[in-house]
Amino acid sequence: MKNSILKIKNQPNLVIGGFITAVIIFMALFAEVLSPYHPVNDADLMVSEEPPQISYLMGTDDQGRDILSRVIYGSRISLSIGIVTQLMNTIIGIIFGLSAGYFGKWWDDFVMGLTNIMLSIPSMIFALAIMALIGPGLINLFIALGMTNWAYTCRITRSQVLFTKSLDYINAAKALGYSNTRIMFTQILPNILGPILVIGTLGVASAILMEASLSFLGLGIQPPDPSWGGMLATAREQMFTAPWLSIFPGLAIFITVLGLNLFGDGLRDILDPHSYSKIK
Amino acid sequence: MLQYVVKRILLFIPTIFFISLIMFFILNVLPGDATTMSGGLKRQLDEQTTANMRKQLGLDQPLHIRYFKYMKGIVKGDFGKSYLRNESVNLLISERIMPTLQISLAAILIAVGIGIPLGFISALKQGSWIDTLSMVTAVSGVSIPQFWLGLILMYVFSLVLNWLPPQGYGDGGFMHMIMPSVTLGVGYMALIARTTRAAVIEVLNEDFVRTARAKGISELAVNYRHVFKNTLILILTTVGLQFGSLVGQTVIVEKLFSWPGIGSLLVDSIFQRDIPVTQGCVLVIIGVFLIVNLVIDLLYVVIDPRIKYTESNR
Repeated sequence: MKNSILKIKNQPNLVIGGFITAVIIFMALFAEVLSPYHPVNDADLMVSEEPPQISYLMGTDDQGRDILSRVIYGSRISLSIGIVTQLMNTIIGIIFGLSAGYFGKWWDDFVMGLTNIMLSIPSMIFALAIMALIGPGLINLFIALGMTNWAYTCRITRSQVLFTKSLDYINAAKALGYSNTRIMFTQILPNILGPILVIGTLGVASAILMEASLSFLGLGIQPPDPSWGGMLATAREQMFTAPWLSIFPGLAIFITVLGLNLFGDGLRDILDPHSYSKIK
Repeated sequence: MLQYVVKRILLFIPTIFFISLIMFFILNVLPGDATTMSGGLKRQLDEQTTANMRKQLGLDQPLHIRYFKYMKGIVKGDFGKSYLRNESVNLLISERIMPTLQISLAAILIAVGIGIPLGFISALKQGSWIDTLSMVTAVSGVSIPQFWLGLILMYVFSLVLNWLPPQGYGDGGFMHMIMPSVTLGVGYMALIARTTRAAVIEVLNEDFVRTARAKGISELAVNYRHVFKNTLILILTTVGLQFGSLVGQTVIVEKLFSWPGIGSLLVDSIFQRDIPVTQGCVLVIIGVFLIVNLVIDLLYVVIDPRIKYTESNR
């Protein structure tokens, strides 16, 4: 225990990233308490496009809504999209990867073929195509991003299963008459969660970036809902007259993604035995 | 070798087939086609005109027949005709491909030209302030939303300093290319720097590096001949795999800078429901990505003579 605390202390990435992530999660959970105004309803055209000042710390937008409040509420959309879609990807990846590695044979060939195809499609293009098909909106974003990024998880899970399944305790479980499903989910899965967790954390970061990009193109969250990417899309025209409209939502995306990436890097250093920086 | 290349090219077929099948059916099953939508707006036409238009565009035929017709065209290199503009998709794409190539190549040059040296120096000076600084830069580069970076660049270099044109293709010259290329290249550069650093650190711990040092050759020769050459494969793999994310980013950067490339054509066609153009763009983009990765696989042989693509190891 003491050892693992020491380990964490020596990981500035993990500490800084974890702190940033915790702050963003806190912001999302307590948005009602933290934000001084309502993100959508408190529009006041008398104070439209005000630069940052005491009563509006990040200024106001063209409809007189408080940017700070919208940024705080925006963390809800970004985080929920990041977490839900990555959870979907992880579940799909684990189910395919576990079964492919465990059963092998034609199923393995099929799954590997499928991941090959998935990896050969740039995920942004794939998500864009799906959003074009099913139209903008929160649920559709879940679908588009939740189905495009599972191939890495699947590959990693499979390779870990291939290694794990020849170990003695799996043979013991088989001898005890455990069913295949039980062995896969209660014996193998808990032992290979580390690398999956690392990929998952980094995946949340990239899903948040993708959502922002899609919303920026107008294919994601629709106004007036406060999504960071969507705020940037509408702020684009006023970049030269009211730059604060663009600066703060962008900064929010940047810091959130940075925090998650640092956290993921730190996790990898601790959990992944093949990590490069261990060699130091 | 030849066998391997042929095999790899044959593997393109299921990929392209799978993607085109999904896209074709979903795109065409969705409500709203060119007869009811135009330029993103709903169109009100009487029944006779609609029927005529559908017949003219071939939309009155059953779906599977349309798909076979479409695939027959693809095999011949014909992507069909745009619903909205009276032009072939081939022509539209060929007009747009050069601008996209311009900024993507420039972005790759920036990324490789800065990313590899940055990663290399960090790895050699592990733990120093140079290492810390460049790795902070790299993780920021991976995390920064590209379109936001573009907006900030626009603000600084066009409005405040007035050095560069804010957007547009202009004469396609150097000045217009700078901001889109830099915006596009930053994330890619950061990824390459991180991979390079990790790869170099790994190689530095290999026995052959110690042996080379023990032989007494100069540090420069060790670094170039033994370390750099051995990391090249790892770096190249990243360059290839991440090329896909560069392609994806092109769409956003082109839209942001009003750059008339294939990415902005794709986005416009999506909003206009110009299905043949959307399909054509996606297929071309994926095709380019597949070819780039094949070329990189083949480059392995050039870089590392130990790798051979023969029957036995495939």
